[in-house]
Amino acid sequence: MIRTEEMLLNVGPQHPSTHGVFRLVVKVDGEIIKEATPVIGYLHRGTEKLAEDLQYTQIIPYTDRMDYLSAMTNNYVICHAVETLMDLEVPERAEYLRVIAMELGRIASHLVWYGTYLMDIGTTSPFLYAFREREMIINLLNELCGARLTFNYMRIGGVKWDAPDGWIDKVRDFIPYMREQVKGYHELVTGNEIFLNRVKGVGQYTQEEAIQYSLSGANLRCTGIPYDLRKEQPYSIYDRFDFHVPVGETGDAWSRYLCRMSEMEESLKILEQAVDQFPEGGKTMGKVPRIIKPPKGEVYVRIESPRGEIGCYIASDGKKTPYRLKFRRPSFYNLQILPKLLEGENMANLIAILGGVDIVLGEVDG
Amino acid sequence: MKWMNELLASEPASSNLFTFILITMPLLSIVLGFVTYAILAERKVLGYMQLRYGPNRTGGRFGLLQTVADVLKLLIKEDTRPKQADRALFWLAPVIAFVPSFMVLAAIPFTESILFADFGVGLLYFIAISGISTLGMLTAGWASNNKYALMGGMRSAAQMISYEIPLLMSLIGVVLFAGSLNLVEIVEQQQYVPYILLQPIGFIIFFISATAELNRIPFDLPEAESELIAGYHVEYSGFRFAFFMLSEYVYLFAMSALITVLFLGGWNPIPGLGFIPDFIWFGIKFSIVVYVFMWIRATWPRLRADQLMEFGWKILLPAAMANIFLSAILKELFF
Amino acid sequence: MTEENENKPQQNEDISSKSEEAKPKEHENQKQAPTNQEDAPTAESDEINQSSDRPPKADSSETTSKSEKPKRPRKKRTKKDQPPEKQEPSPNQPLLDHYVKMIKNSLGDDSIEEAFVNRSSKELPTITATPKSYFSIAKLLRDHEELQFQFLSDLHGIDYESHMEIYVYLYSMTKKQSVALKVKLDRDNPVIPSLVPLWKGANWPENEAYDLLGITFEDHPDLKRIMLGEDWEGYPLRKDYEPYDVEV
Repeated sequence: MIRTEEMLLNVGPQHPSTHGVFRLVVKVDGEIIKEATPVIGYLHRGTEKLAEDLQYTQIIPYTDRMDYLSAMTNNYVICHAVETLMDLEVPERAEYLRVIAMELGRIASHLVWYGTYLMDIGTTSPFLYAFREREMIINLLNELCGARLTFNYMRIGGVKWDAPDGWIDKVRDFIPYMREQVKGYHELVTGNEIFLNRVKGVGQYTQEEAIQYSLSGANLRCTGIPYDLRKEQPYSIYDRFDFHVPVGETGDAWSRYLCRMSEMEESLKILEQAVDQFPEGGKTMGKVPRIIKPPKGEVYVRIESPRGEIGCYIASDGKKTPYRLKFRRPSFYNLQILPKLLEGENMANLIAILGGVDIVLGEVDG
Repeated sequence: MKWMNELLASEPASSNLFTFILITMPLLSIVLGFVTYAILAERKVLGYMQLRYGPNRTGGRFGLLQTVADVLKLLIKEDTRPKQADRALFWLAPVIAFVPSFMVLAAIPFTESILFADFGVGLLYFIAISGISTLGMLTAGWASNNKYALMGGMRSAAQMISYEIPLLMSLIGVVLFAGSLNLVEIVEQQQYVPYILLQPIGFIIFFISATAELNRIPFDLPEAESELIAGYHVEYSGFRFAFFMLSEYVYLFAMSALITVLFLGGWNPIPGLGFIPDFIWFGIKFSIVVYVFMWIRATWPRLRADQLMEFGWKILLPAAMANIFLSAILKELFF
Repeated sequence: MTEENENKPQQNEDISSKSEEAKPKEHENQKQAPTNQEDAPTAESDEINQSSDRPPKADSSETTSKSEKPKRPRKKRTKKDQPPEKQEPSPNQPLLDHYVKMIKNSLGDDSIEEAFVNRSSKELPTITATPKSYFSIAKLLRDHEELQFQFLSDLHGIDYESHMEIYVYLYSMTKKQSVALKVKLDRDNPVIPSLVPLWKGANWPENEAYDLLGITFEDHPDLKRIMLGEDWEGYPLRKDYEPYDVEV
């Protein structure tokens, strides 16, 4: 009788496929995972604590650093929370700029996911193709706000800068180009037999489990629940656009892949309409008091970020700084299901599952 | 090269040793030169396939000295060894992996005149010796005392065992047709029709197994970067790592040369183009094979360990066996 | 070293003075709270919302005046405007009444501490449970056929110096309605049943509340300090927390 021994393996905090400082303590029997324990907190910066001493406008740059792949949505959620609490009206032009920026950010975020996910699976080329397009989006956003990653673009009651001349046309030109590229991505990867073998049936869960674990975004939609806050509880001006919510059927890594890919196309649809409806002229900042002091009370808003449902809770005591600020960070919630998914899988699937959940560690750790 | 055979059969003497060293030096420098520029070529090819330039600073516009600089860096780097590593095996592993890779080169005929050891069982020798390298990887994985390395070593052992068999079996068709295990004779048999046309199934199986033997994408599981970080050589640095790297590329050289010899007709020209010297023909065919290896690397994702095993045992092996029967029948009927 | 030592006591003073400042205001909050049920305080707060829109208008017209001046009329105006404007009941008031009825029917009248529509948070029905009934209300909200709040969107704790609070945001995917469930805890001994048996997604958020606020969740399968580590001293999100680094 051969004596076998379970091995304790530390995946991370430095590991090429954990996408940041994330540690997974894995008990393996050979290559089969018996138990996986996620360890997080390596990137915890205490945003919520810091925010207690910051004025509302000063908090916005901190949100950039949470989900650094789609900083625009993070910008939006805090602005939206304060605006809801203060009952501020945002000018139409600003809303359109916000939506365009957010949807561009969503595409850019999904592109990073697409690239890195395939890199995890083992193919290197799609990563660079995805980054070519992401670079273009980032350049567009750079023109809009002067930053490439941490945009700090939105303000309570509007946006910081108006779009530069000809910017909207650049976005308009980008849309058909991007459509072609998405087709190209499908040609490059989607039909690949090895890829299909790697993702089909991997990390599968049911609708009930997805809801039980508070999953959101593509992680929830891949099971077939058409839950997208842009449709479910339209915020901003999303009720003006015609788009549909892509859902998967099987709830495995493959359906998550397909969901995210079609989400990019849907975002392009929204962009197209937003660019067409973009108002001529108009202000980009609403009427906002010089010092933002929301009234006493509390507010919780949630919006759809590329990773899922991002929420912002503010308890205000009528001062310049929030009494309590809390972000509902989708990656944090989505990651909880990981130990369950990993049980009994092998090491190669670990990477395919973890990558499929699409986490940003800055967001997980807050 | 009769004199070479005579020399090999001669009694050991210090003058003979000197001649041997003198003769092998050009081959070794060719191989090292190839490795240097194969790495550069791979990076360039990958670069152009992936919308970037590849090395373009060191050594002029095309980065001609990039690999030289890299190797130099590896050689002068501090040699680190994990404290808990098995000292003797840790030292031995790169050697075990490296030496066979050069040994196999002796058996490969590049042209009718440029060959070193023209012996009867050249093909068998090649396969047998190249199998030893796996031992080096396994040793490295074990000796590093690193869990990732161990997993990489185990994966490589499993992979090599399961792919060596279809690799060898796919060659039996060629051997049947040629009626010899001697590589020179195999090439001479292909004077008019290369075996890739007569043995298409054998070629495909051989190519796939060869990719697996070379640990290249989609079969790079032993060193899967995104899973095992670098697999069996994760703890190696400096010139020990350079040895692994070198043996990997020497094998690429050897395997491509072998495919050229076995399936593409070696130095035989395409009929009517005989005025081009034979070593150029060899070079062209060889380069195409190397390019295809790089191409595949740029395009495909990695297989999973269990899928790899399944593919090896359930698809490649039966197909290789069927190919043997088919070849035997064809041989009986037509040749 | 000496500098740091000197700094520390100063900071302590700062904190204590801060908390003193904040405390009375909290009491105000509490005073308002019970009356919330009659809809009046929410109306009040909403008027503050609306009025906060107005002063900037004045601002823009009186740009030449000093920055202090526009503030004062704002305050006055809000007080003046309060009585005449009567707030219409929230469109979600019937929903809330329905929820409250359902809960009271099955769990008794004393299970709910208060219930109001949070008008500043998109007309969100908000129910404050008593610590005893917190778990059973959550279970009822999830399981009852007419409620079906099966999705836990958010769970976090707040330190209101006088007490602790847990805020749970639930959403019904079938009915497309949301509700906020709150519970007030004793600040010195914040213990509450865990919601993990109902929603596995509550696992990490509860860990986070435990880690940053020191709220203990009973029957939690794996309660640990998820962000800071077990050796961290103090609970950073509590208002009386002393930061380790004086400079920050």
